[in-house]
Amino acid sequence: MGEFKVHRVRFFNYVPSGIRCVAYNNQSNRLAVSRTDGAVEIYNLSANYFQEKFFPGHESRATEALCWAKGQRLFSAGLNGEIIEYDLQALNVKYAMDAFGGPIWSMAASPSGSQLLVGCEDGSVKLFQITPDKIQFERNFDRQKSRILSLSWRPSGTHIAAGSIDYICVFDVQSGSAIHKMLVDRQYMGVSKRKCIIWGVAFLSDGTVISVDSAGKVQFWDSATGTLVKNHLIANADVQSIAISDQEDSFVVGTAEGTVFHFQLVSVTSSSSEKQWVRTKPFQHHTHDVRAVAHSPTALISGGTDTHLVIRPLMEKVEVKNYDAALRKITFPHRCLVSCAKKKQLLLFQFAHHLELWRLGSTVATGKHGDTLPLSKNADHLLHLKTKGPENIICSCISPCGSWIAYSTASRFFLYRLNYDHDNISLQRVSKMPAFLRSALHILFSEDSSKLFVASNQGSLHIIRLLEGSFKHLHTFQPQSGTVESMCLLAVSPDGNWLAASGTSAGVHVYSVKHLKLHCTVPAYNFPVTALAIAPKTNNLVIAHSDQQVFEYSIPHKQYTEWSRTIQKQGFHHLWLQRDTPITHISFHPKRPMHILLHDAYMFCIIDKSLPLPNDKTLLYNPLPPTNESDVIRRRTAHAFKISKIYKPLLFMDLLDERTLVAVERPLDDIIAQLPPPIKKKKFGT
Amino acid sequence: MAALEEGFTLTAVPLGSGPEGPLGVEQSDKTDQFLVTDSGRTVILYKVSDQKPLGSWSVKQGQIITCPAVCNFQTGEYIVVHDNKVLRVWNNEDVNLDKVFKATLSAEVYRIHSIQGTEPLVLFKEGAVRGLEALLAEPQQKIETVISDEEVIKWTKFFMVFRHPVLIFITEKHGNYFAYVQKCSSRVLSKYALLLGQEEESVIQSFSMSVDRKFISLMSLSSDGCVYETLIPIHPSDPEKNQRVVRSLLLKSVVSGNARSGVAFTVLDRDHIAVLGPPPSASKDCLSIWNTKFQTLQTSRELPQGTSGQLWYYGENLFMLHGKFLTVIPYKSEVSSLAGALGKLKHSQDPGTHAMPHFVNWETSQGYGPGSQNSEQSKRILRRRKSEVSAQPEVLASTQLLATIQKDSEKHIEVELRKFLAIKRTADFHTVIGDVIIGLLGRCKAEPSFYPRNSLMQLIQTHVLSYSLCPGLMEVALEKTDVQILQLCLQQFPDIPESVTCTCLKIFLSIGDDSLQETDINVESVSNYSDTLQDEKMEEQTEIFQNGFNPEDDNCEDCAPELNEKPQATTEESTSCPVTPKRAALFRNAILHSAYSETFLLPHLKDLPAQHITLFLQYLYFLYLKCSENATMTLPGINPPTLNQIMDWICLLLDANFTVVVMIPEAKRLLLSLYKFVKSQISICSELNKIEVSFRELQKLNQEKTNRGLYSIEVLELF
Repeated sequence: MGEFKVHRVRFFNYVPSGIRCVAYNNQSNRLAVSRTDGAVEIYNLSANYFQEKFFPGHESRATEALCWAKGQRLFSAGLNGEIIEYDLQALNVKYAMDAFGGPIWSMAASPSGSQLLVGCEDGSVKLFQITPDKIQFERNFDRQKSRILSLSWRPSGTHIAAGSIDYICVFDVQSGSAIHKMLVDRQYMGVSKRKCIIWGVAFLSDGTVISVDSAGKVQFWDSATGTLVKNHLIANADVQSIAISDQEDSFVVGTAEGTVFHFQLVSVTSSSSEKQWVRTKPFQHHTHDVRAVAHSPTALISGGTDTHLVIRPLMEKVEVKNYDAALRKITFPHRCLVSCAKKKQLLLFQFAHHLELWRLGSTVATGKHGDTLPLSKNADHLLHLKTKGPENIICSCISPCGSWIAYSTASRFFLYRLNYDHDNISLQRVSKMPAFLRSALHILFSEDSSKLFVASNQGSLHIIRLLEGSFKHLHTFQPQSGTVESMCLLAVSPDGNWLAASGTSAGVHVYSVKHLKLHCTVPAYNFPVTALAIAPKTNNLVIAHSDQQVFEYSIPHKQYTEWSRTIQKQGFHHLWLQRDTPITHISFHPKRPMHILLHDAYMFCIIDKSLPLPNDKTLLYNPLPPTNESDVIRRRTAHAFKISKIYKPLLFMDLLDERTLVAVERPLDDIIAQLPPPIKKKKFGT
Repeated sequence: MAALEEGFTLTAVPLGSGPEGPLGVEQSDKTDQFLVTDSGRTVILYKVSDQKPLGSWSVKQGQIITCPAVCNFQTGEYIVVHDNKVLRVWNNEDVNLDKVFKATLSAEVYRIHSIQGTEPLVLFKEGAVRGLEALLAEPQQKIETVISDEEVIKWTKFFMVFRHPVLIFITEKHGNYFAYVQKCSSRVLSKYALLLGQEEESVIQSFSMSVDRKFISLMSLSSDGCVYETLIPIHPSDPEKNQRVVRSLLLKSVVSGNARSGVAFTVLDRDHIAVLGPPPSASKDCLSIWNTKFQTLQTSRELPQGTSGQLWYYGENLFMLHGKFLTVIPYKSEVSSLAGALGKLKHSQDPGTHAMPHFVNWETSQGYGPGSQNSEQSKRILRRRKSEVSAQPEVLASTQLLATIQKDSEKHIEVELRKFLAIKRTADFHTVIGDVIIGLLGRCKAEPSFYPRNSLMQLIQTHVLSYSLCPGLMEVALEKTDVQILQLCLQQFPDIPESVTCTCLKIFLSIGDDSLQETDINVESVSNYSDTLQDEKMEEQTEIFQNGFNPEDDNCEDCAPELNEKPQATTEESTSCPVTPKRAALFRNAILHSAYSETFLLPHLKDLPAQHITLFLQYLYFLYLKCSENATMTLPGINPPTLNQIMDWICLLLDANFTVVVMIPEAKRLLLSLYKFVKSQISICSELNKIEVSFRELQKLNQEKTNRGLYSIEVLELF
């Protein structure tokens, strides 16, 4: 297959933000996750847990609560006191509305989905009516003394439970008055703590209220009498989150020690119908606080400060014991945060609030497989570009020639011209961006760096010609009438004639840049696209989907290629289909048209289309060089998928030239080292 | 019972072969598919249940296949040899054998063997053996000669013994037979001369073999019509030396002595062989199944059109040539019993199964081959029968059993219960068992003399009971001081209340040793360890107690006083077990492993008399010392109590009875040693706490070593 020099880059100092809230939507089987930087991600649990939508964060918008309402509308609320609704089609914030109650700590949608309840810093609980295109304030409930940290509706919609500091309050929704105030014991392991914070409440349809608090207790209350029924002391630290299943037969809580406990309603004896809540399973998948949990019909979902999203299927609920029943741990975004200027050997790293530009080092030495070569020149940090304003960066790109950098936040688009003068770099902002270029979901430069392609929300694609220091708007492809879905992935052919764009659900559209019209649409597929690329010369469009299928579509012939048909007929190797991270980047070898390079977080693969495809019996991944140099063995074991798992977790990989690869790794240890220390547990002694 | 089912013809067209019949029938990597090699130029892949050829390959005109085609189970490819030296490897997609992979070897091949789980093996005519991969890597390698000049390989077989491939081949030279056993893993070749016994002049016509733990049982069918057995050891005592093995008569005159060439036989299972050839009384060829254990003919099938003296047996199918057609006769066998062999057992034909038609009717079977249809059908019938059995009769059986429990004798109940338990378990098995045991206990309470001990034991051992399912059981056992049942309960039940555990402990501590001797207690977990104990004790105590002391009789009661009497001997004494193995078994398995919660156990532990506390403490301390003897801090034996369990129990006992223990003079020494060890533990822990930071730094250093830094350029080669 060949030998490569690999630039192994570990200086991309990317740390994902901690998870603050998760909200599961049963209707669409989607999971919304909000992070501490205010970003919201939407995972499609039916499509192999793919992160299909993404809303950038905002410095002042710390999300404290997240919920689905009215079917598939997503709301969040945070410490800036605003309730925000997200537009899931255009991928932007639909509106933000101040609740006028100070920072918002909690939010809950009514069981019918038509009302929204928020708990504020000033102790007020506010009820909002959800109208078709907005929300409208209705009334306040009885004001409490201190902040409302948690809220839960009774499934019948008649009562709510609100967790505050040191007590839980039960309100009657009709009158808005507090009917019970249940005081929580401050005692913690015999010592009186200052305050007991009710981090979470859950109201069951039989009137039971379950609360979790900062003293490590899970308590069951009878809301009719306002009395404590049962008490489980489960942790030495805070219990921070609770989520209950729709059937109300099991719930899950997360603690600050990183443990997740599963409680189930089981019958006391085999014959009687009397049931009681029993703590059944502890899971320790986190090292830090579990800030949020969710309960899907088949899995427990948890996330917290250690930035992992963990999806733990419940084995008794899983019907088929296939690979979907395995534990999933999602750490890295399913988007590309790195772009590369091949000719100048530059890498552009995207962080939440800044960009970093690095120049790769070089070496003159050669070596054999596994060698680390001595560097003649180390990598240089050329540029640190901070954004203006509080918004996070959505996307960024560096042109292949290295002289343009473009990035976008939710409301502004920035284009910079870079001039290299030996070791000096000068940066010049291109001013006066046109009004339509406000926010972009994906930015791409053509191979010759003469054109800029921008996918804006609302589904339009802009083509801009770049001139020395200025630009000219060439054309805008408007979305098909009736659709408002945003395009979030772009690919341009190396000759600059074709532009492919894909949204989150509809098929891939291919536009002719020469004739400025839609050329064709690749038939829609059930699973979202995770990566796109157009091969040089042949203009074959390679599409990777979240179910790990890879298609090759010939743009000139408007049909799938023979190779793609063959592999669909034969099917991919079962181990290939069982990988649990999506392919995030595809590239091609400049000299070998038969090769496709693609990677996910744990492997990269070069597909050699000229070799036979592997079947389920053959060894897909062979890390060792063939010990026997005999041609016969080689002939029989060689197959099209050349896989390497040396570099992981892999955030980006590309071919710089025929013999050089660049791999951007982000070791988990380095991320952990930058997190706050977890709660210390003594190892020795008592 | 062995039975032959209706056979069917595999090939509708006669094989293009001479009178010798096909060269071979071999399994392919898919079940139900077989490779048939014609003695001419053709290899055909058949799906037997469909009676349909799936593929056919021929070598060029002028070439001739010399060795039956086999399937390489590891790659799914097929291998054949033509013109003795030319090897061809191909797979299902290939059409033309001329265009497939070819390797010309330097010596003539006798056979290629291939079985599941290992690479194919090539046996050369000169007796040399090579693995296929090694051979293909270097086809022209020199092949050595193993057997002598005029020796000819007569028969060969490749099989697995404990996952190691073994090849056996038989050669003949001037009427003398030799067996070679080649172990492929160790490359050891052992040679054996077969001594024929009295029948010097007889010629061996066919071989077959089977393997058991230590021997290869080589069977041979001689021209006198008798089957002989020769045992060849799998692990030869001296592989270098030529050894001789004698054969013994296994079956007399299974075929007529003057049979023509058409005689063959094969081993079907441990007790059955299939013989092809004319029986002594008849002249027509027959396929017969013989039971070697009882020397009886089980069944036979006449083959009027004659056969070729070749017989293959794979899975459940017997392949043979009948006339000009390759015929398959499915064979089924169940475990043979004397009654079955003698025909005493009534085995009525199942009304649901009927003989299969001779040829498949494609209209009706619609894609199901006869084999699959048959199995499908029988499965369906089985399922139906099972569901019928389980639906009504089960319920009936349990109610019947409950009725029996109310009135019958213990003996009768036991028999009924055994019958009931033999029936396959259903989903609600545990509730049924619960009902049964509640019925039994109810009667126990009503009739004081009634105590169905064996039945109770049986029920406990079903592993489905728990304390909450039958709370009365342990009460009854405690009443009767049935230590054995209590031990079983403590082992099996996950949810015994602490008060009951404590009562059990009291009984275990107070029961006399003589009554313990009588009961049958499972000492498995302490056995090997108490043996070593006894030995140790012997050694040590003979030093201290000069004469007149039998360590076997040693027990705790006189152990503690002696401690006081002879303080000078205490260091040695402390390592001896203070209780008898049986009592130790009770403590270890039953008590120490049981689940408890401290708050509930403590008040009950307070009720223990002082004497028992010291005894139990001594035993626990002894276990602790045993534990700390080795580095892993574990006890020997199966499922031993962990150090934590031991420590917890010591703490609990002391917590509960501290004032008592302080007051007893016998316990003073024990307390002192316990105190010493606690002190040492505390100091260890504090030291560990101190160096924890250093440990972490060390770990960090270690990580840094593996860390390659932030940037490097490496060389990668993709294969």
